[in-house]
Amino acid sequence: MSRSASLRVSLGFIALAMVCLAFGDFEISTHDPWQELGRIFLGLIAPDFAAVDFLGEAILRTLAFAFVGVGLGAAGGFLLALLFRHLWVRTFCAVVRAIHELFWALIFLQFFGLHPLTGVLAIAIPYAGIFAKVYAEILDESDPQPAHTLPRGTDHVSGLVYTRLAQAWPHVVSYTAYRLECGLRSSAVLGFVGMPTLGFYLESAFAQGAYGSVGALLILFYLLIGTLRWWVRPRLLPLYLIAAPFLLGTGLPIVWSNVSRFFTQDIVPAPLRNGEGLEGLIPWLGNLLVNQALPGIWNTLLLTQIALVLTGILAMALFPLISHHFTGRHGTGRLKGMLGHIVLVVMRSTPELLLAFILLQLWGPSMLPAVAALALHNGGIIAHLVGQRSNQITLRQDAPRGIDRYAYEVAPRVYGPFLALLFYRWEIIMRETAILGILGITTLGFYVDSAIQEIRFDRAMVLILITALLNIGVDILARRLRNYLRLRHSINRQSC
Amino acid sequence: MLRPVVMTLAMLVTPLAVADTFVFTAIPDEDETRLQERFQKVADYLEDELDVEVRFVPVKSYAAAVTAFRNNQVQLAWFGGLSGVQAREQVPGSQALAQGVEDARFVTYFIAHESAGLEPSDSLSDNMRDLTFTFGAKGSTSGRLMPEYFLREHFGEAPEDIFARVGFSDNHSRTVSLVASGAYQLGAVNYTAWENEVEAGNVDTDTVQVVWESPQYPDYQWTIRGDADERFGEGFTDRVRQALLDMDDPELLESFPREGFIPASNDDYTIIREIGQELDLID
Repeated sequence: MSRSASLRVSLGFIALAMVCLAFGDFEISTHDPWQELGRIFLGLIAPDFAAVDFLGEAILRTLAFAFVGVGLGAAGGFLLALLFRHLWVRTFCAVVRAIHELFWALIFLQFFGLHPLTGVLAIAIPYAGIFAKVYAEILDESDPQPAHTLPRGTDHVSGLVYTRLAQAWPHVVSYTAYRLECGLRSSAVLGFVGMPTLGFYLESAFAQGAYGSVGALLILFYLLIGTLRWWVRPRLLPLYLIAAPFLLGTGLPIVWSNVSRFFTQDIVPAPLRNGEGLEGLIPWLGNLLVNQALPGIWNTLLLTQIALVLTGILAMALFPLISHHFTGRHGTGRLKGMLGHIVLVVMRSTPELLLAFILLQLWGPSMLPAVAALALHNGGIIAHLVGQRSNQITLRQDAPRGIDRYAYEVAPRVYGPFLALLFYRWEIIMRETAILGILGITTLGFYVDSAIQEIRFDRAMVLILITALLNIGVDILARRLRNYLRLRHSINRQSC
Repeated sequence: MLRPVVMTLAMLVTPLAVADTFVFTAIPDEDETRLQERFQKVADYLEDELDVEVRFVPVKSYAAAVTAFRNNQVQLAWFGGLSGVQAREQVPGSQALAQGVEDARFVTYFIAHESAGLEPSDSLSDNMRDLTFTFGAKGSTSGRLMPEYFLREHFGEAPEDIFARVGFSDNHSRTVSLVASGAYQLGAVNYTAWENEVEAGNVDTDTVQVVWESPQYPDYQWTIRGDADERFGEGFTDRVRQALLDMDDPELLESFPREGFIPASNDDYTIIREIGQELDLID
């Protein structure tokens, strides 16, 4: 029953993606896309480390924003996790994590401007929402027995620390360290809206065709993420966390009156601000919905569904790269496995936005770069996790080899976990799809960006809220599907 | 765990000691290296003339320039026509100080890739229909506002209905390179930015050419906040204006490129505001 149900659901998704494909807009419009690609490859092969005097700064700031943002997010998330049984806390967390870091940054830019706080909060707030949920789950899973043995009158905090937290601590630490990798990606991407991180320099280098610098920046970034587990040690963490706030740079001073102005004027819908009352508000909202929100939602959904299926196909095709059932365990097999790992690290370390940005330069504007970017990045992540999963399977000595081994032995066994992972990423893919709009692909982010460019934050806020609701909706749908297919739950913690 | 949190907060509430630095920005209408080079020279020049510390801050979008100005994080900005109107609307008392000689009679060029099969002409042509077309940044005057206005005026339709595809390139340098690569067949570009690119040898004029020159309109200007005198001393605004008007270093002027700067006033941009309202880009 369960197998045929997953088959039905899979085929349903593929059919839906085919329909979406017919409505989508896909083409390569540049005249000579491969020449440009060649130049980028040259840049990667012959990176120009000397020409980039800002290289050190880009890396330093990227690290600093990631550490401070993730650190604050973890602290906030932990406090929220303790209150997670309240519906309002759960709702609050669901909303803040449904809004992408870049949208948060665009919001804070309006009143904190180019102050480091903008970048720090843009990471800390959505991460707090995610941390709260996962920490709460981890704490729930801890054994309640020790708590019952406490002497009467033990205060709440000691009780928590010595019973539940003591058990959950290793999981909390490993999850937090994992989120740091996500934080580095988020931090890099914040450069695209003006924070002094990697994305800032990467965009400039790209715009000027300085591919040597692009190569140098990308290689450093991959190295940073690839070696994460060697330089992020629990014992070194406090040191990093203490140093990071001092390395954020100064930016421009905050003018606090801007904050109240933003909340009392800027985001109040124009008709209300101008005293037109409800009569003015309804046509204003209607106009916004019909001309911007609906086309934005349509394109976002279209792109998400196509990208989701392509991500799945790519993940199922690529996981053998790191699965020792296919690479072999010894001798050259190890080498093959390592190369596979490098391919997947590069794929998952490159943020979607960055990939889409590069592909847009290569192929010109259409949905194609966005779909390819989403599928490459997310496919890389899922392939990595499915590959790890497949390594836990023991095959019979006389199991078939090659394509038969894939089709009859391994793939069926990892298909359930694979679907679970894919559905976990559904919401993430949609959130990213929306944000890719700021590069000019007409998803919701495009209209948010337009509203911001027109200095109309009232419209931007409505559109951001709609995006958040859409994400929450998909999240709920995905959870239902997982329950329907009885897919395992605990791999949740791997996705970012 | 707590200590870094406290320290971060402490750092955040400590006022940064840059209160007496005169900060300015510019809309990112061209390549960043070029902007950085150009405005660093301006910063050095203003510092000499005004006897205050002057700092140039680059931003990533037109709106970010307006927002920084509005938020009083910068006090002076080199705006385009539309961004200047937006900024002055947001900051009561702010005023346009000076514009380039060329800005009083600015034009947009429509440039076409050879695959479009267009020849230079005195008017917009029906042969442009169903081509792919790119504006500059969404908030650009010469790259968005005016070309959209002229297109609507000529065709009586929205750009999305005239062209097969409409995009926004983000800045003029990118418009030129997008049309040069054929990613878009037609693009609207600031004429000085085009000339800059041609002069720098970044354009293969065999594959891209100017096919139409728009009528004239007012564009770029220096705008200063209304509270500048309060902060930097009596008569500061006038001194800034004078310094801008006195700019005569040919190397500096050439980097814009402008022949020189002449006085400007808010009223010079009334037409831009009206067109902005007509196109529903300003409330």
